[in-house]
Amino acid sequence: MGDHETSGPLLEVEDLSCEFLTEAGPARAVDEVSFTVARGETVGLVGESGCGKSATALALMGLLPHRAGRVAGGAIRFDGEEMLRLSEKRRRDLRGNRLAMVFQEPMTALNPVMVAGEQVAEVLRRHRDMSRKAAWEKTVSLFEDVGIPAPAQRVRDYPHQLSGGMRQRVVIAMAIACEPALLIADEPTTALDVTIQAQILELLRSLQLRTGLSILLITHDLGVVAQLCDRVLVMYAGQIVETAPVGALFEAPRHPYTVGLLRSMPRPGSGDRTRLPEIPGNVPPITARPTGCHFADRCDRTKARCQDHPPLLDALGPDHHARCHFPVTSPQD
Amino acid sequence: MSTKPQNAKTQNAETPPLLKAESITVEYPVGAGLFGHGGSLRAVVDVDLTLAAGECHGLVGESGCGKSSLGRALLRLTDVTAGRIEFEGRDITHLSTRPLRPIRRRMQMIFQDPQASLNPRFTVAQAVAEPLIIHRLAPNRAARSRRVLELLKDVGLDEDLAGRFPHELSGGQRQRVGVARALAVDPSFIVADEPVSALDVSVQAQLLNLLEDLRSNRNLAFLFISHDLRVVRHLCDRVSVMYLGRIVERADTATLFEAPQHPYTQALLRALPSLEPGAPATDRLTGEVPSPLDPPRGCPFHPRCPVTERPETCFDTPPGLTTCGKNHQVACYAHPQYPS
Repeated sequence: MGDHETSGPLLEVEDLSCEFLTEAGPARAVDEVSFTVARGETVGLVGESGCGKSATALALMGLLPHRAGRVAGGAIRFDGEEMLRLSEKRRRDLRGNRLAMVFQEPMTALNPVMVAGEQVAEVLRRHRDMSRKAAWEKTVSLFEDVGIPAPAQRVRDYPHQLSGGMRQRVVIAMAIACEPALLIADEPTTALDVTIQAQILELLRSLQLRTGLSILLITHDLGVVAQLCDRVLVMYAGQIVETAPVGALFEAPRHPYTVGLLRSMPRPGSGDRTRLPEIPGNVPPITARPTGCHFADRCDRTKARCQDHPPLLDALGPDHHARCHFPVTSPQD
Repeated sequence: MSTKPQNAKTQNAETPPLLKAESITVEYPVGAGLFGHGGSLRAVVDVDLTLAAGECHGLVGESGCGKSSLGRALLRLTDVTAGRIEFEGRDITHLSTRPLRPIRRRMQMIFQDPQASLNPRFTVAQAVAEPLIIHRLAPNRAARSRRVLELLKDVGLDEDLAGRFPHELSGGQRQRVGVARALAVDPSFIVADEPVSALDVSVQAQLLNLLEDLRSNRNLAFLFISHDLRVVRHLCDRVSVMYLGRIVERADTATLFEAPQHPYTQALLRALPSLEPGAPATDRLTGEVPSPLDPPRGCPFHPRCPVTERPETCFDTPPGLTTCGKNHQVACYAHPQYPS
């Protein structure tokens, strides 16, 4: 596995579109999404339910539901390879190996009738051609790496014998077993309690420092993004509407949607018990997206142009882009 | 900065409380299978709670800590094993179904998942009319329809939505229907169990504003159950922190967030991811919540407690709440104010 490209971004997504079949015909869940993830970088993909963030992740993994969903266009280059042109066999070799994924609900990612350790060992045998004994020993050390106490005993536990936090650690152990270059984590802490969430975030951070892996973190939680990410992509109704380094995004967001999201979160000192600034209305359903700017109907800056001219993702500053005809210029704007 | 100068808690010196719960314990039988003479799971242990009219009391804690069981017990949706609940001046602890019915009108619940709590075959109008019919609150069909439209308006739903079914609504709209149903019977007390957790961030603020409007306009009291500390801080007057069935700390909201006294509360607040990028990672609480089936002897928090100098009692007897400041109680032997 030696000759991977070492220059250029690890992951390059270009104009990726995905469609799902709905009762009303094909609907575009992901609409010409482009972004990159550099080696060792953590990129946050933020948005609300139905914005296309999970569909993007599934497309990257080649795991869109068969028949119901498909990639409708674009390119995904991972480590120099064009993913969409790979054979299913080559993709399987990459998945769980160079490219791994952690899902929101660890119970559904684990086989309930197989002991936890065996599920990790299986990955090692499949991709690393290890003997049973070597794979099992490596599994115990992986359990230790992800902070599972008494790893030599826990490897023999079935998933239902483990707590939610421990299950997620097992899933992470499985994901990092083959030292992937990219870990896609889809809401990895959403199902967990806040003290356990803090432990898992800490684990991801330390894994990254130790192994230099890249992380694409998919979440709706801006707090998690602020803690873990270097760069952020904000998605709304199928499109990326803003991308920026994490500091710039929180300090000087430019897209009215990002501004609204950040404002609507209760914060200490923002005047407790006063009204929270709302974003009016609801996310448009996938089958009835506006023709112009997707956010136009909920935006307080909307002008006629927004209704019929779809805005482009324009560069507004160093590594900062927003899809808006009238981007916000200052916090008071 | 607060927009509400007169606060619920300042007026309760003379007026009797709306709700007064004393030493509530809730146990569930478990493991009573084929062979077992099963034991019991103590979901709530010896909890006191007093709410004034118009007060919003936050109840926070991690999953399995007993916060939902306590909320349900207060509404008599779950039987209490021990303790006493007084509501609007009346002991309701052991009331049977029939005398409880008029009281049920005064206490309502809003659930986390509006999708699961609405009948998929009822239109919005039917869903909101149902409690009016059950409690015979409208003399005739016309009055009922008028009342339904009023309620929809009160919760910010367009009357065009009256004929829609739950699956045709967004999550936020469904939760508004849940609120309208609760309001239909004119309650004075609402248990809101994670009412915004299932909603998208951009819609959460709308619902929180609605709840706050209801509280101030109708003088509704809320027990606001949530794991989201940001939301609790924003909305609540007072906060109780629960751990493994017990209240470990209780204080006015500002005090609790600015000067938490219990090591568990302190850890919870530290674990909340900051919205400031690059904020230094703080020390994390290790370990996990023990199983309520097999709670530790002594203080429920002692296996995870970061306090190094601890008295022996920690490992032996659970601490009760003790006053450690104005309107501030903590259950911790290691606290300097704890009587020895």
